[in-house]
Amino acid sequence: MAKIIGGLTTSHIPAVGNAIENNLQQEPYWKRFFDGYEPAKEWLKEANPDMIVVVYNDHGLNFFLDKMPTFALGCADIYHNADEGWGLKPQAPFPGDAQFSWHVAESLIDQEFDICTCQEMLVDHGFVNPIRALYGTLKEWPVKTLPVAVNVVQHPVPTAARCLKLGRALGKAIESYPEDMRVVIFGTGGLSHQLQGERAGLINVDFDIECMEKIATEPEWFTQFSNAEIMRKAGTEGIETIMWMVMRGALQDEVKVIHKHYHAPISNTGAGVLVLENQ
Amino acid sequence: MVWNKHDYDDIPGTYVFDGETAHASYNINKMLFTFNTEDCRDEFEADPAAYCDEFGVEGDFKECVIQKDFLRMLRLGCNIYFMAKMAIPRGTSVQDCGAAMQGITTEEFQAKLLENRVGLEEKLDKVGGYWNG
Repeated sequence: MAKIIGGLTTSHIPAVGNAIENNLQQEPYWKRFFDGYEPAKEWLKEANPDMIVVVYNDHGLNFFLDKMPTFALGCADIYHNADEGWGLKPQAPFPGDAQFSWHVAESLIDQEFDICTCQEMLVDHGFVNPIRALYGTLKEWPVKTLPVAVNVVQHPVPTAARCLKLGRALGKAIESYPEDMRVVIFGTGGLSHQLQGERAGLINVDFDIECMEKIATEPEWFTQFSNAEIMRKAGTEGIETIMWMVMRGALQDEVKVIHKHYHAPISNTGAGVLVLENQ
Repeated sequence: MVWNKHDYDDIPGTYVFDGETAHASYNINKMLFTFNTEDCRDEFEADPAAYCDEFGVEGDFKECVIQKDFLRMLRLGCNIYFMAKMAIPRGTSVQDCGAAMQGITTEEFQAKLLENRVGLEEKLDKVGGYWNG
């Protein structure tokens, strides 16, 4: 049977891709941010997943605003990265597993999560940068992937409570797959940031740290907030933190906290790495 | 025929990209979406006005596209991620736009961001359990 080993959270901002591309990881601005990934990389190596499920949002590469699924699932054997229009170099394609994907789709829909299935899905920096931050830049990726896209770009976007429930259904879906498979879930994006408006540049360090603490140990806490309340505290793009709830919901209620790393600012954001392991 | 009010409408200095905004800025965002493709970027570059016409980008929207007034594009309701596809290759970063929105320089904007770094290790030590270098 497939088994969820654990989950982790990570930023997915474009600047991370640029820093990797230009080999800036040990420059003073980036050093503390990237050094804090080392324990997560070691854990991931030890966890040795066959499959990573990446919960992320598309920023206008695969989905335009004409058709905007709230939740979408990759159902292909390969996912291509592509030109996003502003200079990030497209990365080698990522292997998928259509049989596993369709199992997850069937299970989610049985559990009343009517997710959009995608047999072609371009993956953008939101998907690519977390993988590069954790695996490096490779011509062939050593792991299969399942993209789970959440709309956090065009409101209405789903609530944190809904994302936690989706995560729980996703966990059941994964662990009912009959093939032996070691699975790790990435929750990407966040933490607090706001890119535009007169309040651009907002970072709320105290709220970010509180989110990290609670999402690790008591994820229901985050569901008390409406999306308006999250944006008020964490900025309009801070709403991305709801994607962490999908990862968290897929794990057991009680998890072992392996690693916590927080850094601010990185570009415009507060950035958090949590590594959580199922018991 | 009214647009819903939302409990995020009164967050100061904040414009949430929702159905109302997305509806009003649909054509311009659709045009900007094509900038994922090099051929489209070249076609736009050759004749910006004609390219706007092709997508029904009119009036204030068309004017600010032609003038490359990225700040005004955002104020008119362009989506930041789509707008970035036009602005970043032309040397205007998302941070430049954020700074301009506040009427400060990008250096001042970045300095404000860096204020979040002050005392971070101490704060994390106090909460406990964080990797701290």
